Amino acid sequence: MSDVEFSATRRLILQGAGAVALIGLGNLPFGLTPALAAANDKYPEDAFKQKSDADVIKTLYGKTAEPSDKVKLDAPEIAENGAVVPISVSTTLADVTSIAFLVSENPNVLIAKYNIPAGTMPAVANRIKMAKTSNVTVLVEAGGKLYSANKEVKVTVGGCGG
Amino acid sequence: MASTIRVRATSSGETTEVQALIQHPMDSGFVKDSKGEIIPAHFIQQLTFEYDGKNVFAADWGGGISKDPYVKFTFKGGKKGDELKISWVDNKGATDTTTAKIQ
Repeated sequence: MSDVEFSATRRLILQGAGAVALIGLGNLPFGLTPALAAANDKYPEDAFKQKSDADVIKTLYGKTAEPSDKVKLDAPEIAENGAVVPISVSTTLADVTSIAFLVSENPNVLIAKYNIPAGTMPAVANRIKMAKTSNVTVLVEAGGKLYSANKEVKVTVGGCGG
Repeated sequence: MASTIRVRATSSGETTEVQALIQHPMDSGFVKDSKGEIIPAHFIQQLTFEYDGKNVFAADWGGGISKDPYVKFTFKGGKKGDELKISWVDNKGATDTTTAKIQ
């Protein structure tokens, strides 16, 4: 058995153990969780703890992003409520594999990373929290390269409380 | 227990647009309550959408996603009447799964 196979098997066993623990909650039929988790990439825990755009990009992708006018970021000029800021992105770039949202002034900069399988459109809409006025950056990974677009969103009432 | 996940999946023939709304506090761990005590982090970390046994969309989320999160995406294919499977897991290990018929 090769190392790769071994680690994949080990992961499945661990996930199976997790599912057994969850049965106690009673709201999930057994067998769904391992299939779900196996289909998923590993959660990028470290990237979500980073405190700057540069560190997030380095941790998540390990390469630099180049600004692209093919990435369209749709965000409000002014967000009256920082707790709920609607942000969406779309791109005309081909072979998009992931899209990530970053808010520079938030305590943790990385908000979300979306994995886009082949056959899924490179466009996502979501709602994010903003602590204060900040630059919002979207990263698009396409054809192995990293592209970005950004926009400043003014926040009148912050979304991260005291 | 009613599902925490509400999904509307609409086929236009060639593509299927999916909108999902999930009930979850999405506490970032940076907010204090009225007594000045930190509300512990409690947020969805991973959300996946499966169609026909294949992953069509997967989200990795931090605490910066708004409470009761909303997400929208579109994938190629998807037939009316077919099922889409949606699952999430949060940082405390809680999870929920539901299916939705494509309309």
